[in-house]
Amino acid sequence: MKFMVPLAIFGVLVAVLAIGLKLDPRYVPSPLIDKAAPAFSLSALEDANTTLTKASFSGRPLVLNVWASWCSACRVEHPLLVSLAQAQGIEITGLNYKDTREAAQALLTEHGNPYHQNIFDPAGTLGLDLGVYGVPETFVIDRDGIIRHKQVGPLTPEIWQRDIAPLLAKLKAKAGA
Amino acid sequence: MIVEYGHFALALALAVAILQTGVPLLGVAFQRSVWMDFGATAARWQCLLLLTAFLCLAYAFLSHDFGVIYVAQNSNSALPWFYRLSAVWGAHEGSLLLWVLILSGWGTAVSLRSQQLPQDIAAIVIAVLGLIGTAFLLFLIGTSNPFLRSWPAPADGADLNPLLQDVGLIVHPPLLYMGYVGFAVPFAFAIAALVRGRMTPAWAAWARPWTLAAWVFLTIGIALGSFWAYYELGWGGWWFWDPVENASFMPWLLGIALIHSLVVSEKRGSFKNWTVLLAIGTFALSLLGTFLVRSGVLTSVHAFATDPTRGVFVLAILGTIVGGALLLYAWRGPSALAGGSHHVVSRESFLLANTLLLTVATATVLLGTLYPLLIDALGLGKISVGAPWFNLVFTLVMTPLILTLGLGQFARWKEDSLQRLVKQVALFAVGAVLIALCIAAVLAPTTRWRAAAGVLLALWIVASVASGVWARVAKRQQPWAVLRALPRSFIGQCIAHLGFAVTLAGVSLTSTQSIDLHTRLAPGDHVALGPYTVRFDSLRELDGANFRASEARFLIERDGVPLYELRPQKRFYQVRSVSMTEAGIVPGFARDLYIALGEPLGDGAWSVRLHIKAFVRWLWLGALMMAGGGLIAMRERRRTSAVGALDALVNPR
Repeated sequence: MKFMVPLAIFGVLVAVLAIGLKLDPRYVPSPLIDKAAPAFSLSALEDANTTLTKASFSGRPLVLNVWASWCSACRVEHPLLVSLAQAQGIEITGLNYKDTREAAQALLTEHGNPYHQNIFDPAGTLGLDLGVYGVPETFVIDRDGIIRHKQVGPLTPEIWQRDIAPLLAKLKAKAGA
Repeated sequence: MIVEYGHFALALALAVAILQTGVPLLGVAFQRSVWMDFGATAARWQCLLLLTAFLCLAYAFLSHDFGVIYVAQNSNSALPWFYRLSAVWGAHEGSLLLWVLILSGWGTAVSLRSQQLPQDIAAIVIAVLGLIGTAFLLFLIGTSNPFLRSWPAPADGADLNPLLQDVGLIVHPPLLYMGYVGFAVPFAFAIAALVRGRMTPAWAAWARPWTLAAWVFLTIGIALGSFWAYYELGWGGWWFWDPVENASFMPWLLGIALIHSLVVSEKRGSFKNWTVLLAIGTFALSLLGTFLVRSGVLTSVHAFATDPTRGVFVLAILGTIVGGALLLYAWRGPSALAGGSHHVVSRESFLLANTLLLTVATATVLLGTLYPLLIDALGLGKISVGAPWFNLVFTLVMTPLILTLGLGQFARWKEDSLQRLVKQVALFAVGAVLIALCIAAVLAPTTRWRAAAGVLLALWIVASVASGVWARVAKRQQPWAVLRALPRSFIGQCIAHLGFAVTLAGVSLTSTQSIDLHTRLAPGDHVALGPYTVRFDSLRELDGANFRASEARFLIERDGVPLYELRPQKRFYQVRSVSMTEAGIVPGFARDLYIALGEPLGDGAWSVRLHIKAFVRWLWLGALMMAGGGLIAMRERRRTSAVGALDALVNPR
């Protein structure tokens, strides 16, 4: 009987892998789409004395990027964020998730800072409210603070062009009107 | 035309691989000697054909044949010739071709040594290798053919991924594959033992050198990959617990368990079912690694060549080959693998405990790697498992592993007494603790104890090796003669264990005693880094073959004495518009000085990352010692296996 055990374990493993193949690792449905972003009160990454709240979201559509210095996938998308911020002037708000100030700032010093402002969330409270599964994640929030889109996993130029840039342009046009 | 010859050779190789599988198996079934021997000939032909295909693809790269889609995607007219050559295995199709080429190389090596083996065992081993080759050649030709052409041909290629444009990367994948694929040989041996329903100590003696050879290659491959990440990625890190790294690390860990289990099967005739299971498991993890890297089910910084549609094919191969092997194990195992006994306090027990702990360590890495996928598959959401989890859990498993490693060295085979063991261990243990305390005294106060704990474990390993040598030499008439006549397997074991101690000490010290500094520097600025003063002297722009670079010049001095000059670069590869960091490193036995450029901050200033990496070289030095130990143990004098083979022929149990 014990000689059957490895086969059984392997069967389960293959089943999981087979299901895994059908999934898009980047797709996560979010129940928060078209809901208001949660309220929060957290300090800024750069300055512990500055407090940021949900008010900092309002007035114009923005991109909220959840990141951490310990997250290797974040480093992959980082150059794209830097170029979006510098070349196209896209306003990106960072949510620094379960990180330390030193490590996060060191990364920004070294690889460039694409963020217009950075919310420091060491305990992951805002991340929890936003339903963050894993970093990096990117949200698009409109001028009224309503979440319009969520991207799980690193951004690529293709995803940006396909999903986010058109949405952002539409939201901006509406906000301007 | 050359490319088409390659394409043809590939198709022919598939036909030969099918014959290599079928004919020897029929020979075993019908007891036809000529059919059984045919496998060895087929294995050599397959290798020759695949080598032809590989050289044709290399020729396409060297001659800039952009009409071949694979060449156009991974090369460029400005790419230097040696990178064009390494670009052959720079992406999915070519690396898969390398995979089957290496598999056929192992098959040929087995066929050349098959005279030592009973004919039926050799035939089955060759047939199993042929079956694996058939599966992967079908995959290669069906979904990932590197010889496909496009018309019209593009004027120039899309260039090789700049991350891969490095000398280390020319040899890293082949070494890694030599290891991965090499575990197919002990796997094939395990199948042969199950099919023939007998497993003798001689079997373990045949399988052990092949296992060691594969493991040695994998060790060097992993060490090289880690070294490459250290100087090429510019983060100063050397291990990231990335899914792709884990994919190579898991068969490596289980391979260690297999090597040790084989020793017990060879010397004591026990652990048979455990050895067979480990042989199957190690190769299963090699296949799983191929699946994880190739299917794109996990996102990774290494995701150079992923394609979900190919995942189904690899999973089918994995399921068929490993599932079939485990089915055979469930069916034949109970009768084929009985036997062996030992006392609770004995070297066998400690070795068993250690192989179990290694299996647990492998399982934790597997769990951490697949957990995000598992949670996703169960519809529970998405998570990522980071380095902190791996570091913690892995330390928890490795600590008891190292303790039992030492005890196993002290203990005797078959039966030992607890009193004798305690008496012998006490002296060495006290010695190790005293030295560790002395080392702790000179370390930086904040991290002293964490570092000292790691060093203590390393010293414990050293002590156990010393006791092993002492036990063989002490109270002998001529200690030097004994020392010179030590068996190779024992010398190899000692060197490999010492290598593990060196790596362990390196990990403990570099992760606690290093100095990291991230700062903004402009030309003319200087900054203190530990006992050194680093001055940012100047910055210049230069042109490479297919990139532009900003090269900084740093001068490092100590107490006013100029010592070193470093020239780290930030490179920009135009064709793929990617920038890469080339760190400047002063290597040293006790520390590396490491400077990497970050981003320009305007006004000529740059963000700069400066490190003193304490004892970081020890990581790779230890890995080389482990590989060297494996190499020495592999070249055991022939006597054992010849006697064993005779034994197996006379008494087929």
